Amino acid sequence: MSKKTILAKFTDPDECLHAAEALVKGGVKIREVYSPFPIHGIDPVLGLSKTRISTAAFFYGGAGLSLALLMMWYMNVQDWPMDIGGKPSFSLATNLPAFIPVAFEITVLIAAHGMIGTYFFRTRLAPGIQPMNPEPRSTNDLFVMEIVLQDNPKQEATALKNQLLELGALECTDDELRYED
Amino acid sequence: MQIESPIRQPLILGNKSYAQITDEIVRPIEGRANKMWYLVFTIAALCALWGLGLIAYTFGTGIGVWGLNKTVGWAWDITNFVWWVGIGHAGTLISAILLLFRQKWRMAINRSAEAMTIFAVICAAMFPGIHVGRVWVVYWFFPVPNQFGSLWVNFNSPLLWDLFAISTYFSVSLGFWYVGLIPDFATVRDRQIVPFMKRIYKIVSFGWSGTTKSWQRFEEVSLVLAGLSTPLVLSVHTIVSFDFATSVIPGWHTTIFPPYFVAGAIFSGFAMVATLLIIMRKVLNLEEYITVNHLESMNKIIVVTGSIVGVAYITELVIAWYSGVQYEHYAFLNRATGPYAWAYWIMMSCNVISPQLFWFRGIRRSLVGTFLLSIVVNIGMWFERFVIIVTSLHRDYLPSSWTMFYPTWVDVGIFVGTLGIFFTLFLLFARTFPVIAIAETKSILKSSGDGWKRKTKEKYARIGEEAEAH
Repeated sequence: MSKKTILAKFTDPDECLHAAEALVKGGVKIREVYSPFPIHGIDPVLGLSKTRISTAAFFYGGAGLSLALLMMWYMNVQDWPMDIGGKPSFSLATNLPAFIPVAFEITVLIAAHGMIGTYFFRTRLAPGIQPMNPEPRSTNDLFVMEIVLQDNPKQEATALKNQLLELGALECTDDELRYED
Repeated sequence: MQIESPIRQPLILGNKSYAQITDEIVRPIEGRANKMWYLVFTIAALCALWGLGLIAYTFGTGIGVWGLNKTVGWAWDITNFVWWVGIGHAGTLISAILLLFRQKWRMAINRSAEAMTIFAVICAAMFPGIHVGRVWVVYWFFPVPNQFGSLWVNFNSPLLWDLFAISTYFSVSLGFWYVGLIPDFATVRDRQIVPFMKRIYKIVSFGWSGTTKSWQRFEEVSLVLAGLSTPLVLSVHTIVSFDFATSVIPGWHTTIFPPYFVAGAIFSGFAMVATLLIIMRKVLNLEEYITVNHLESMNKIIVVTGSIVGVAYITELVIAWYSGVQYEHYAFLNRATGPYAWAYWIMMSCNVISPQLFWFRGIRRSLVGTFLLSIVVNIGMWFERFVIIVTSLHRDYLPSSWTMFYPTWVDVGIFVGTLGIFFTLFLLFARTFPVIAIAETKSILKSSGDGWKRKTKEKYARIGEEAEAH
């Protein structure tokens, strides 16, 4: 079943932010805001919590570091210890100074790619995925607020539209939700 | 909304709207290339093909077609490798370090500088690859199980560290670049009418919709990637310098190498960015985005890093004298007065003396001056690597094996080939990618755009007048 939505289009990020604040204060639930660039400060208004992706990066980095040390220990100390120029590889601890550069590089490698991968996965980014922004100009110059009528049973559609226009929206159009969550 | 001091120069000239920014940056992708582009592209592509042909010749015949000999076993190729890697460093510096320092002027230049990084690292990585001669066993570089039982690569070797550094640097830079490109590709996608173009940009934009949560994650990912790339870029040239510094060759065996190489890398990288952008802003009509102020900021970095490099040269000389080691004494005496003295003095004049002209505001803000000096700097930095490598090797501990290194036509041809590859890739980039970060540029329009700055200035003047009237 399709859900009816109202798309309120703003031309200015600050107007969009102030409108969102006013609406949320009045008890309206905003489903989504599509914008051509980040609107700073709108995330808490829409009830979004802080992203935890940097924590994930930290753990990827830790995994990379452990993996790198394990690999170098296994290859150069355990499996085939080499004695080059009278400097044998006795143990991980004695060889650690020489292992630092590669350990660092692999830490960065795994942290960066792990985080990018998580970001793509969580944000649903991959080649061939259907974009779900309802208004093509939302990647150009419009800040589009999407309000699902079902989310707001107490609001009356026309009154809501008038309120949005008063708050500075360029226009309000009717639409249907393009995706199911 | 963030308010910026009206005294600061605007970063976007003209009274622009968001739609105008999109139009002006996307226009080169949608329009047709002019004759000049085709001409330059043909020349670059021919150079690239010539270089690839000579690489094939090297593989077929052997490394003997290069000018190397048993004393100088490493010269032209490693010079090019270090030079290209160094050029790449400016891109990461601009996109990562300037992001951490919240320098807004990076936004007009970071996209093309990062592209330059990636193409330069591709050119750099070719040299160690082709120097192995037997390219079909190049996978021995990597720690892979092999036919010799459990013989592994040696993790105590700086050359192996370098492999990990360059591979990590390349792939992380590519990831960072692509993460930033996705929203801009979506902008291009949503305005296409031609189905083919729409399809292509739909694939490359990964289904980006610009929801609030995705922007939130985008900003966090960019910040953390910048934080990871900053030590990464410093580590890359540090490790490149370890290739030399950990050996016991006079002139190489110095602890000053890591910071000195990193400064030199940033120095040459910014010069290459300036060379490319001066042409690009003109050809693609982006003069209102990449302004003279941007070039001036880059020139300031060039003069600082050039001076660091100059101090490093002098420090090297003083420390060589102070060391009391006769081999060190001779290595530096030979550099400045030996058979390669001409190269040493080209290096000194191009890297230390000529960038000092950027202390003059007029030269710093002159397009012709910046363009010429940026080329001079890149010539100087190429000679720096040549001087360090060849002069230290050609007269070693054993005078009976002293010799000279001269490049062959194959050496020169492969270098010209990498220049061709670099410019071919950059020209293709300029025709198919948004060369300026569209979303980021829009985000600073209200604080740093000329039109908006004037409005804020008027507003504050009015508030001031009202306050006085009271």
